[in-house]
Amino acid sequence: MKQKLNAKLSLLVIVSTLLVLLLTACGQSDRVTLKVFNWGDYMDTSIIADFEKEYNIKVIYSTFATNEDMYVSLKSGGNSYDVAFPSDYMISRMINEDMLHTIDMNNIPNYKYIDDKFKNLPFDSNNEYSVPYLWGTLGIVYNKTMVDDPVDSWEILWNEKYSKQILMLDSQRDSIGITLKMLGYSMNTKEEDQLEEAKQKLIEQKPLVLAYVGDEVKDKMVGGEAALAVVWSGDAVAMKWENPDLEYVIPKEGSNLWFDSAVIPKSSKHKKEAEMFINYLSEPEVAFRNTDYIGYSTPNKETMGMLDQELIEDSTAYPSDAEIENCEVFEDLSDTLQIYDRIWTEIKSS
Amino acid sequence: MRFLKRFYLGLIFLFLYAPILILMVFSFNDSKSRGNWGGFTLRWYAELFRDREIMSALYYTIVIAILSALIATAIGMVAALGIHNMNRFGKGLVINITYLPMLNPDIVTGISLMILFVFVNMERGFISLLIAHITFNIPYVIFSIMPKLKQMNQHLYEAALDLGATPFYAFRKVILPEIMPGVITGLIFAFTLSIDDFVISYFTTGAGVSNLSIVIHSMARRGINPTINALSTLMFITVLLLLIIVNKRTANNSGKENVI
Amino acid sequence: MKKSMIAYPYLVWMIIFILVPLLLIVFYGFTKTTDQGIVFTLDHFKRFFEPIYIMVLLRSLYLALICTVICLLLGYPLSLILASKEYRHKRVLVLLVVIPMWMNFLLRTYAWLTLLEKNGVINTFISFFGLPKMELLYNQGAVVLGMVYNFLPFMVLPIYSVLIKIDKSIIEAAEDLGADSKTIFGKIILPLSLPGIVSGITMVYMPAVTTFVISRLLGGGQFTLIGNLIEQQFVYTGEWGFGSALSIVMMILILFSMAIMSRYEKEREGGGLF
Repeated sequence: MKQKLNAKLSLLVIVSTLLVLLLTACGQSDRVTLKVFNWGDYMDTSIIADFEKEYNIKVIYSTFATNEDMYVSLKSGGNSYDVAFPSDYMISRMINEDMLHTIDMNNIPNYKYIDDKFKNLPFDSNNEYSVPYLWGTLGIVYNKTMVDDPVDSWEILWNEKYSKQILMLDSQRDSIGITLKMLGYSMNTKEEDQLEEAKQKLIEQKPLVLAYVGDEVKDKMVGGEAALAVVWSGDAVAMKWENPDLEYVIPKEGSNLWFDSAVIPKSSKHKKEAEMFINYLSEPEVAFRNTDYIGYSTPNKETMGMLDQELIEDSTAYPSDAEIENCEVFEDLSDTLQIYDRIWTEIKSS
Repeated sequence: MRFLKRFYLGLIFLFLYAPILILMVFSFNDSKSRGNWGGFTLRWYAELFRDREIMSALYYTIVIAILSALIATAIGMVAALGIHNMNRFGKGLVINITYLPMLNPDIVTGISLMILFVFVNMERGFISLLIAHITFNIPYVIFSIMPKLKQMNQHLYEAALDLGATPFYAFRKVILPEIMPGVITGLIFAFTLSIDDFVISYFTTGAGVSNLSIVIHSMARRGINPTINALSTLMFITVLLLLIIVNKRTANNSGKENVI
Repeated sequence: MKKSMIAYPYLVWMIIFILVPLLLIVFYGFTKTTDQGIVFTLDHFKRFFEPIYIMVLLRSLYLALICTVICLLLGYPLSLILASKEYRHKRVLVLLVVIPMWMNFLLRTYAWLTLLEKNGVINTFISFFGLPKMELLYNQGAVVLGMVYNFLPFMVLPIYSVLIKIDKSIIEAAEDLGADSKTIFGKIILPLSLPGIVSGITMVYMPAVTTFVISRLLGGGQFTLIGNLIEQQFVYTGEWGFGSALSIVMMILILFSMAIMSRYEKEREGGGLF
């Protein structure tokens, strides 16, 4: 008897949750709803709450894990995000495939705060589609107690002395890219013989590599599990803070310079509000809260003035112009990606 | 022998719970990094309740897991009964198709369902997410119940009918008690799979409806926030407490055969 | 005859949400987009039959097989113990086997990293006793360990649910007739639990073939598996055709091997019991 009652009770609970759910879904308000699509943990969420209050706009915030995930989701249609934050090469792909609205910069007065060196970038050469959000470089993090050679070149990742103490990125584009740089080629090359050369180099390196890692690289280096690793600058700042033995270097051959920028997908139904939101994010105060929370570098001149002088002077987050002179921004590779993928499979299966 | 059994059980549970213990310990770590112990703190617990994204994801995770598990179990149970009574050819065909969602990599299931939803012009969100979860849950329910049907004495049901029972009454009184362990197993599997799915969920959901897996996986780039460890710790303790309470209660009205 | 009709609601669901998406995959696998529009092609399948991709598939099948065997070897005794009479709170114990899986997968796997790393928990523990540190991570053993960890409950529960309802009177009868415990196990318990074993193997082997996050994290990305390859095609390179072809070949291979297994099971059902 009791069990029957329980069954009925649980049914009631389920039906009522469903009802509540449907009701909340139907509970329309007259406020505009802005759908924002961002990397996980990539915005101080109190900023969203403040924006909602100030502009009387409701924000629905969703997250993605990789550029490619975001792309597939937007490309398939059937959703209507108003603001997204893809990286450089993905922006150029989306522009080529007509997936983005042009942004009316007259509606983004705060665009003037963006440092001029982050304008007219190759993926959006006329500043029509994107407003830089955060940026950084790719480099080597090494543990000073484990490495006694000078670290200034990608070559050190091929040094047999550090066999099984090297962590490479499990990312075709980045790992092949730095090898190309070491060989003196462009990171955006489509020449097959150059790629072939890079492949041979990486196969040669494989016995020295402890592991091809993803996001867990940060914890591994902080924990002293390896001597050298390829990481992004934004993470390097946090890693150095956790473990003072770590140091970050942009190799002299040059590296990758990356940007995550705000864009407005074609599916957006509220372009005006999306521009308001992007403008809000570029306000020096707001940009400061973001860069302070996330720890990645801001492209906002005014915001840089508010930052800790120590952080600015440390070249990890804000490298000098000389240091990034040889750096390149990724371009969309389109069909050449297939060759990259093949090479990468061959390297890992060798 | 008895000691050996206990020892074996102990080892298995050590294997199962060692990582859980580790992740719970790190919810008290004052450093954001897993590689560094920064001292004891409770701040992740405080932050957890202020994070509306995680709270909303928790809500959707649980609602989707419960609903999809119940619906999948209902559909799967009836389906298993039907399949069991099919002829050889039909049975083979249906079972082989039922394998597919287990067989397909998540990415294939996720993307093909996504295309389907786009094709029928259905806005992705709660309902599409629920449908996707039910779809990948059903095979596990069916394959939990099928062995119980094979094991059951086939003549009991017919005997009940001969004695004048209606088919539904016979089902409830004869078949259901026999297959109940399978049904419960299916329900548990469905719940487990739903609560932990990332890839399929990501591609079949829409703006504003995220489950915990989506939130956690998308955090990975910056490092998974220990608030998630805090949440997991709380979830684990809640489940354990519930289990103890339910067990106490049923132990009190004992006399009844344990169904599982 | 009529009793099979109650499966119809599921059949409808199956057609819409399993078969139609599958047809989409087949469509992608056999077509490519050219300047003249979408045309039929076998290129994706031809590409698959290059040694490098075959090797990836074989490795995935092999690792999944090892994982399944270990799960069975670990899981069967566990199910037997859990189903035996001596534990009053057996359903709590059974649930405790599953509950770890309710914690997030990524967190669990990261926790394994913490356990297995060079300066990890296990090595710290070992070196406390003056023993040398071991290389526990980034080899096939670590990958198999991670897979077994994640799939063990899917072996245990189906077997347990069958064992618990085995008719005790058969066992008692055998005992009365003088059978020793070895004979009882070999002649009665094992054959009667066969449907549970088959279910368990299915639920471990099939998903295990396509896992890849475990191999990426615990294997250090050095073991490309078929799931990994397929994911790359769909998400990274955008080669949906090749990705679809990969899935189709894999599906056919596994369904074929399942068919062989179910034939074996049928034979057992027919004669093995008495």
